[in-house]
Amino acid sequence: MEAIALHHDAHEEEVTSTGIPHDKMGMWVFLCSEVMFFTGLIGSYIVLRFATPLWPAPASVLNIPLTATNTFILICSSVTMVQALAAISRGDQRKLKLFLCLTLLFGTVFISIQAFEYYKLLHEGFNPHVSLFGSVFFTTTGFHGFHVLCGVICMAVQTGRAFLGKFTQAHHQGIETIGLYWHFVDLVWIVLFTIIYLF
Amino acid sequence: METEHKAPRYMTIFWWLAGFTVVEVAYSSILPHSKKALLIGGLVAFAGIKAVLVALYFMHLRFERRSLGIIVASTLILGVILVSVGMAEHFLPRP
Repeated sequence: MEAIALHHDAHEEEVTSTGIPHDKMGMWVFLCSEVMFFTGLIGSYIVLRFATPLWPAPASVLNIPLTATNTFILICSSVTMVQALAAISRGDQRKLKLFLCLTLLFGTVFISIQAFEYYKLLHEGFNPHVSLFGSVFFTTTGFHGFHVLCGVICMAVQTGRAFLGKFTQAHHQGIETIGLYWHFVDLVWIVLFTIIYLF
Repeated sequence: METEHKAPRYMTIFWWLAGFTVVEVAYSSILPHSKKALLIGGLVAFAGIKAVLVALYFMHLRFERRSLGIIVASTLILGVILVSVGMAEHFLPRP
C-alpha cells in the first residue's frame, strides 16, 4: 500500500477555523443540500410506490441489464477519478491527465446510454404522462442525469486546466473538489438504481 | 502543514462495488417478488454497503476531520426523518 500526501497550505490551515479548506468545505455543504434534494425525490418515490396498489414490476418496463452496465460504468468513473487525485498527490501529471480523460469518457458514455434508454422507453410509449411510475421515474432519473451532465461539463473544464498545467502536487484542490461531486453523483445512482430498477 | 494517510486500495473497493452490483441484480431477479420484506431488506443492505464504501474510501470521509463527519451524519439523520415521516403517513392508521 502506497502512502500519499494530501498537501494543505500552511496559509489555508491558518485562515480556516475548521481546518478544512474553504472550497472543500463549501463543496461538502453543497453536497449536504443535494442529499436533502435527492432524499425528497427518493422519499416521494417510496411513499408513492407503497401507496399505489397497482405498480408495474420495473423489470417489465425497464431494461435492467443495460442499466446495470451503466451502473458499472459510473463505478468505473469513480475509480478513475480517485486515481486522478492519487496521481496528482504524487505529482504524476501524466496519470492525472490520463485518469481525468477516462473519467470524462465514462461520464459521457453514462449520459449517452441514459439518453438511449430514454429514447427507447419513449418510443415504446412509456413517458411521464402514462402512469405515476413513469412520472416519478423520469423526474428522479432525469434530475440525476442533469447532475451527471453538470459534472461532465465541470470535469471537461478541470481536464483542460490539467492539460494547461494548472495543478501541482502542492496545489490540486480543484481536483479534489470536483472529485467529491463526482463520487456523490455515483453514490446517488447506486441508491437510485436499487430503488427504482430493482424493487 | 501536511496531513498524510495511507491510500486505500482503490481497485479492491472497485471490485467490491462491482461484485455487489452483480449480486444485487441476481438477488432481485432470483428472489420471488412475493417475498417483499426479504427483497427490500436485502437490496437496501446491498445499496447501503456500496454507498458507505464510496463515501468512506472514494470521498475519503474515513480520513477527514470528525467535524465534517458530524455535518454529513446530521444531514443523513434529517434525510431519514424526512423519509420516515412520509412512510408513517402511509403505514400508520389514520384517526
